[in-house]
Amino acid sequence: MTIAVTIAWAFDALLAATVLAVALWTIVTRETFAAVVGFVAFGLLVALVWVRLAAPDVAMVEAAIGGGVTGVLLLGAAARLRGVEAATAAEWPGKTLRLVTGALCAAVAAALAATMLLLPDPAPTLAPEAAANLASTGVGNPITGVLMAFRGLDTLLEKVVLVLALIGVWSLAQDSQWGGLPGPQRQAQPDQSLVFLARLLPPVGIVIGVYLLWTGADEPGGAFQGGALLAAMWLLAMMAGLAAPPPVGSRRLRLVLVAGPAVFVAIGLAGFALADAFLAYPQAYAKPLIIVIEIALMLSIAATLALLVAGPPERMPPR
Amino acid sequence: MSLALDILSVLAISAGAFFFLAGTVGLLRFPDALTRLHALTKADNLGLGLVVLGLLPRADGALGALKLIVVWLLVLVAGATVSQLIARVAQRAGPAP
Repeated sequence: MTIAVTIAWAFDALLAATVLAVALWTIVTRETFAAVVGFVAFGLLVALVWVRLAAPDVAMVEAAIGGGVTGVLLLGAAARLRGVEAATAAEWPGKTLRLVTGALCAAVAAALAATMLLLPDPAPTLAPEAAANLASTGVGNPITGVLMAFRGLDTLLEKVVLVLALIGVWSLAQDSQWGGLPGPQRQAQPDQSLVFLARLLPPVGIVIGVYLLWTGADEPGGAFQGGALLAAMWLLAMMAGLAAPPPVGSRRLRLVLVAGPAVFVAIGLAGFALADAFLAYPQAYAKPLIIVIEIALMLSIAATLALLVAGPPERMPPR
Repeated sequence: MSLALDILSVLAISAGAFFFLAGTVGLLRFPDALTRLHALTKADNLGLGLVVLGLLPRADGALGALKLIVVWLLVLVAGATVSQLIARVAQRAGPAP
């Protein structure tokens, strides 16, 4: 082994050990807030693992979703639970239930590990076929090619699921608040340094988000990564009180939310006439069509993620 | 020339790693939230700054170097703001027992 290989191996081993340690700590720690912080650290470390596995596209999504959006969602949940947590701790499940749960979790983990270890070497893969046919999509990034062309249906359904998740969150609202503003009332005076950040960062963040979408055709990046960044910028402005959250009954907001899946379905249906199947692109226009879908998807993803974090409607807009 | 750049890389990245180590030790050993924040910002500002400085000669082209510097600046802005926010909360909560 050369020195470089040894160092890479040592780094990977250290990374794997750290990921496992953080995962364990997240599970055993008693305090909800600390567990959420552990989960965010876990998401960022897993993003590093994806980088080491040469999957920067997945790494970016993991950092943005696993570390970022899910972390904020869980922080919000932890804050809401704080009042009732002591009461629920008294209803701690009995020892048998905990043992069974632990045994089932261990069985799932063991089955997954066995499957991974028993895979034939090299594992079955469609990667060579995807790479060989990439030219027909017009994009240079094989991940984007697979997501938007070869497995377009999966991507479409995934975006629909995101919108359904948002409807699920909204349906937690009380009837009287339906159509109102998402999230609890913010304090009148947000911290000045937060306001400063919320003024400084969004111009930069929006440019980088659009860049991620554009470069996603040929390099790592894409609609999801760009959309997550746009969502973060919008949330920052909302948290600092610089942008009012839109009422969830707003028609314009709902149009933005469904724009991505709707454009995707429309172009997919046009595939029957122009190409020969649902979600098939005529070869000459494959790349422009993919980019049109991605632009619409990015807007919908940004709005959906931001509103997922913002929460169910809790107050009516001031008249 | 390339030897000099290599030496610069090694020196700067080592110094950066030292600041990260010192920041981590400070985070673990210092008595309260404000002094811990003080230790952490050294890792963010100086540590990452020195690592970026050491990586600059190895960046692919001027654009790559520019991206590295932008990453450092963004971390500076975010780190400074988050420190302010945490410090404000720590101050409101009073000294830790």
